[in-house]
Amino acid sequence: MCVATPMRIIEVNGDEAKVELGGVTRTISLVLLESAAPGDYVLIHAGFAIGKVDEEEAKLTLDALAECGLDGDGEVLVDDGYAASGA
Amino acid sequence: MMDTLLPAHDRFRGKDLVQRLAESIARLAEGLGPLSLMHVCGTHERSVNRFGLRSLLPPNLRIIAGPGCPVCVCPVSDILAARNLALLPGIVIATFGDMVAVPTPSGSLLDARRDGADIRVIFSVADALRMARAEPEKEIVFFSIGFETTTAPTAAALVSLALDPLPNFSLIASNRVVPPALDILLGSEEFSIDGLILPGHVSVIIGTGEYRFLADRYRLSCAVAGFEPVDLLVAIRDILEQIRSGKADIQNDYPRAVLPEGNLKAKKLMAEVFEECDGVWRGLGLLPGTGLGLRSSFQAYDAMRKFGLEPIPEPAEPDTGCICPRVILGLAEPEECPGFATACRPENPLGPCMVSEEGTCAIRFEYGGMS
Repeated sequence: MCVATPMRIIEVNGDEAKVELGGVTRTISLVLLESAAPGDYVLIHAGFAIGKVDEEEAKLTLDALAECGLDGDGEVLVDDGYAASGA
Repeated sequence: MMDTLLPAHDRFRGKDLVQRLAESIARLAEGLGPLSLMHVCGTHERSVNRFGLRSLLPPNLRIIAGPGCPVCVCPVSDILAARNLALLPGIVIATFGDMVAVPTPSGSLLDARRDGADIRVIFSVADALRMARAEPEKEIVFFSIGFETTTAPTAAALVSLALDPLPNFSLIASNRVVPPALDILLGSEEFSIDGLILPGHVSVIIGTGEYRFLADRYRLSCAVAGFEPVDLLVAIRDILEQIRSGKADIQNDYPRAVLPEGNLKAKKLMAEVFEECDGVWRGLGLLPGTGLGLRSSFQAYDAMRKFGLEPIPEPAEPDTGCICPRVILGLAEPEECPGFATACRPENPLGPCMVSEEGTCAIRFEYGGMS
């Protein structure tokens, strides 16, 4: 079961946190993390934060791709797939 | 699954980037002959279908959906155990939703619910604990399934009970681990793959070290991948680069979430509660060292033991035409199953692969066949 949703911590209350994504908030458990603070992005699975999403690392990955001429900006894929023609 | 992306994450879905990665992959794959890369995560298969990734890849490159669905491999005997427990007075089975409709020769948990069993869907082991505290007159039995990603929360929940015990909570321990299962499957002659796309969120928990044997012993080129289209294409590109240069390595292509050491706190909690044991996988039989059993200090929470139920041998399954065991191993595509989308559909599943949102058949059905 790999489904885990990245969400942002808006409030920490002991072992629990209020997290938010796109206006939706949930209360989840922080017991699997060593530390967590408001503003952190965490991966939520079955009501628990299983790890953090490091925005700096995300940017490093994207920057490395940009250096190879692979830019991530612009139009975004939608759910129903990608038209190989680019249309 | 919520779809709104975090800042910078739009870029992991950039059409231009996806196109260029696809071109890069096509160049790398040229002249290499037929190549098979396998992933072992239902959510990876979902992403592949959702974003139409197979249609972007060169014809000689095949992405195989391997065993990545813990619901699909949950043995019938564990579902029967849940049904038998549910028949006892005062017992509530708290289960993840996907398990409820899984068919067995004796019926599903949903069928048991129709016969009066108290089967409730939860989204977290924390919900089961809350239920137990709120209903002290009932016994809440948590149907604990999952790979490492889900086992970690379950372990944390049990450890929390050491400080704040719950006399009316127990579980059916049906968790499995991925790396030892890969070791067994790759050792079999039927398997012939050139690379592995490693599961992103299992790896958040376990890190990358446990996969070393894939490169060292099996000479497989591997990369841990995230779930956005760019994540998967980068992993595929990097595996192909390894193959081209004759390298077999474990590359971490999800560094924003996966640390080489994984989540040490989660691993410690899991080691405190569980020990490796033999695991039965539905349709595949017993795979040594792939299951997790409760350590002696936590065995008071074993529901079967608590209620004096004998272990049930895994029953033989009647021939319904279902080829789930072969689909789970990636030896057959759902589309090859005569029942796919006809006799076997989500509303009338013949096997578990059509039930779970991580089942290969259910995903292909949802997205209209291989894309």
